[in-house]
Amino acid sequence: MTGAGATLFVVTAIFAIVGALITVAARRPLRAAMGLLVHIVSLAGMFLTLNAHLLAALQLLVYAGAIVVLFVFVIMLIGPEAETGPIEGRLVSRSTAGALTLAVFLVVATSLGGFDAAWVTVDADFGTVEGLGFAIYRNALVPFELISITLLVAIIGAIAIARSPTE
Amino acid sequence: MGISAYLALASVLFGIGAVGFLTRRNMLIQLMSIELMLNSVNVLLLAFNRAYPGNHDGQAFAFFVIAVAAAEAAVGLAIVIAYFRVRQTIETDRATLLKY
Repeated sequence: MTGAGATLFVVTAIFAIVGALITVAARRPLRAAMGLLVHIVSLAGMFLTLNAHLLAALQLLVYAGAIVVLFVFVIMLIGPEAETGPIEGRLVSRSTAGALTLAVFLVVATSLGGFDAAWVTVDADFGTVEGLGFAIYRNALVPFELISITLLVAIIGAIAIARSPTE
Repeated sequence: MGISAYLALASVLFGIGAVGFLTRRNMLIQLMSIELMLNSVNVLLLAFNRAYPGNHDGQAFAFFVIAVAAAEAAVGLAIVIAYFRVRQTIETDRATLLKY
């Protein structure tokens, strides 16, 4: 990876980290949702440097277009009670959480740290709609159908859970 | 700069998401932290698939992760609304209905 790809990676990585930090540290959930939006859009840009064109488009459509909008709808529905302090909880739970997270981060970073692979060239259809579509429909047809059923069940379940009990 | 930069970035993003999920008591922000962690795994899958581009397995996995994340967000937000209707708050510390 050289030149424009490396520049795009650095820029999107900075924006992704900043967006994630805003999401985690924001006091107001609406600001957290905006941080999530920055994070998702910059990750979509980063997917382009990995030759994942279809997934970059899907990231924008599904995450930025559906999930963030759903979060904003729920924040508006709940209103001012959605706002709580920046980092709540007792000191014990906070320090335990920090130690656990540090442990997980160290395990992941040390297990991944020694790894590096050459930046090989790819075929012209790698990651495009045609290439990934053929791969999914040829090798993962049953999981694809199962995921559609999962989404249908999730929609019905969301309606059943969120419906008010009086109806 | 090779694939290792992506791996380092993915572990940093996963760590940020884990911190958010474990330390925040706001149910909505905890759900957003789960989305951060799922996204960092997507970065990892795509980076490994870019390092070994013989097939599209990593990208197909990332595709399914995105679909599962959408289903998870829909059900999770429905649970948040139902819980808010019962308790008038979205703090997880006060979710004690099954505790006693």
